[in-house]
Amino acid sequence: MGVTQKLGDMGVVTLRLEDAVNWARTRAMWPMLFGLACCAIEMMSAQASNYDMSRFGMELMRPSPRQSDLMIVAGRLSRKMAPVLRQLYDQMPEPKWVLSMGDCASCGGIFNNYAIVQGVDEIVPVDVYVAGCPPRPEQLIHGILTLHERVKHERITDWA
Amino acid sequence: MTRLEDSQWQGDLEQIKGLVTERALRGETMVLNMGPQHPSTHGVLRLLLELDGEEIVSCAPDIGYLHTGIEKNMETKRYEQAITMTDRTDYLNNMGNNLVFCLAMEKLFDLDVPPRAQYLRVLLAELQRISSHLVWLGTHALDLGALSMMLYCFRERERILDIFEMLSGQRMMTTYIRPGGVWRDTVPEFEPAVRDFLSYFPARIDEYERILTENPLWRDRTQGIGFISAEDAIRYGCSGPTLRGSGVNWDIRKAIPYSSYEDFEFDVPLGQHGDVYDRYMVRIEEMRQSIRIVQQAIDRLPDGPFRSNNRKYVPPPRSELGHSMEAVIHHFKLWTEGFRPPKGEVYVRVESPRGELGCYLVSDGGPRPWRVHFRTPSFMHLSVLPHLTKGYLIADVVGIIGSIDIVLGDCDR
Amino acid sequence: MTILDAVKSIETALPDAFERAYEFRGDITVVVNPAHIVEVCRYCRDTDGLRFDMCSGVTAIDYYPDEPRFALVYHLYSMRHNMSLELKVYLAGDEPVVDSVTGVYPSANWFEREAYDMFGIHFNNHPDLRRILMPDDWEGHPLRKDYPLGYETVQFSFNFDEVNKHKPYAKE
Repeated sequence: MGVTQKLGDMGVVTLRLEDAVNWARTRAMWPMLFGLACCAIEMMSAQASNYDMSRFGMELMRPSPRQSDLMIVAGRLSRKMAPVLRQLYDQMPEPKWVLSMGDCASCGGIFNNYAIVQGVDEIVPVDVYVAGCPPRPEQLIHGILTLHERVKHERITDWA
Repeated sequence: MTRLEDSQWQGDLEQIKGLVTERALRGETMVLNMGPQHPSTHGVLRLLLELDGEEIVSCAPDIGYLHTGIEKNMETKRYEQAITMTDRTDYLNNMGNNLVFCLAMEKLFDLDVPPRAQYLRVLLAELQRISSHLVWLGTHALDLGALSMMLYCFRERERILDIFEMLSGQRMMTTYIRPGGVWRDTVPEFEPAVRDFLSYFPARIDEYERILTENPLWRDRTQGIGFISAEDAIRYGCSGPTLRGSGVNWDIRKAIPYSSYEDFEFDVPLGQHGDVYDRYMVRIEEMRQSIRIVQQAIDRLPDGPFRSNNRKYVPPPRSELGHSMEAVIHHFKLWTEGFRPPKGEVYVRVESPRGELGCYLVSDGGPRPWRVHFRTPSFMHLSVLPHLTKGYLIADVVGIIGSIDIVLGDCDR
Repeated sequence: MTILDAVKSIETALPDAFERAYEFRGDITVVVNPAHIVEVCRYCRDTDGLRFDMCSGVTAIDYYPDEPRFALVYHLYSMRHNMSLELKVYLAGDEPVVDSVTGVYPSANWFEREAYDMFGIHFNNHPDLRRILMPDDWEGHPLRKDYPLGYETVQFSFNFDEVNKHKPYAKE
């Protein structure tokens, strides 16, 4: 009622800045291709036609970190690969999120040994952990939607 | 305007001295790092390419970015626990990995496998071969530009994964094949699902061929590229479609049959020229032959037990635990200590979709394997990559890597 | 020629290299003196009737704490005669050195690098002996029996906080 109605009749929509920015970020969050091992195959299955991820705005999987928002660490991270992961994370521009897909990325999985980093959160800060070995495409999509919920609740005070 | 000193290798010269030719150290050629994270390297593979313009002078693969220490980890687990780790070595050939380890265990223990289990293993191994070739075709075509092929191939693959899920509850890491047979009997929906798959899949292979085989773009990008002669392929230890693309007729399913493959009729497709196009044709034809084998297996699937009865190695079914004391004792022993196999070493090889997958198992008589070594085909084929890419353009490297069908989990273990 | 004739011919042709042969579950293994491994491989590859043209792989085994500590197994296969054979050499624990067979079988190149990386076995005349699976500056040889598995304590609910304190989390 009031000023909103009048503006709406003239074709003007008002909303809070946070809602507008969060809406834009969640609806077109481009993932970075960081498939390492078996979870990468399930990520590709989630991208394919049966469990389409492009309906959530993730049509393109960008190999370049400069053009992506979300890094889905899919698979086991070995100690040799860890510096590469950190370098790629640093090359991503803000805002950026990390989703750790699978047991090996979240906590080391079944490989509790010298060669595997026990959880990607030792190297990069993680926002959402998706469990499974490998997680079904539906689980991955649930993880992505959970991340979208988190982003929707971000406030201006978080960015400033 | 660049000076010659600026074009020298900026990093530590010592690091790459052995890997590149003299011309790179002088600054005549460019050293390019095709890094671990790259859309076309099918995993985390690093290639150090030395380029003269666009032409490749030398190529040095750097692997180990997915090294998981599976072999060492398997030494700390009991035999039946270790099977779960084999699923994850070559993650596109889960049934095949389980199969090679279980065949090695059965050879070591001298354990019999009932015919129903053998036919089921053949059926599942061939379905796994089709699913692996579908991923290969999807990603290979995607790298070379045919984007829609990936969507088609993954659509078909979902049907196969549904069948695996029906049997074992898991889409990929099934651990369904156990020593002595398979984990549990098939469910009633299994046979109609397999027959349904067999009814529509051959038409799909024809559809893929219509898109790619006679396509002039595909032919231009794949014919005459990545050539390897038959003698070189044998000398460098290639196997599988990489070897058969050069015309060498060697298929382990025919030469050293395992798990009742000698009862099935199928042909082994061969290439002639040893280039990327021939390897592509070999794999497409292999998918058709796998359909033949699956058809024969599902038609002739015998009835009977699905796992061996040797209670020293195979746990009794839970229904027996209620009324049989020996079953309880066997169950207890197998679950607390594990079985004690005889001392010895065995080597078993199977035909994985990539080539010869071998498992060398050393036992010291204890409940844990002393040493497990997987001879994986991707490891061998990556070592041939410098030989395959010499003299071709950098755009061809993508096609060549796709044609040798590497899986980095298989290579690095 | 059957596999037994092949083993007999190795024994008669190279008596100082051949130590013994044994059979287990249908596979024949020939134990060879490490100093003569290249000769034996060349004999196996080039002689008519044997023609073991493909080396499928090289496996290293650590028998700690028994001596001799290391063993290398070469898996040979003959395409023409469809025979497979294993050659085994035993190496001492303190300085495991053996000649490289890459001159005879180029396919053994990366397998020997892996044996060097994982076990510390040194190969003479190898074209490019450096680490393959571990990072270049890694210390130690992981698959040796005295190398620890390197596992981290599993976090259950009763020890969750203690383990959490020692875990290096990335802050930013």
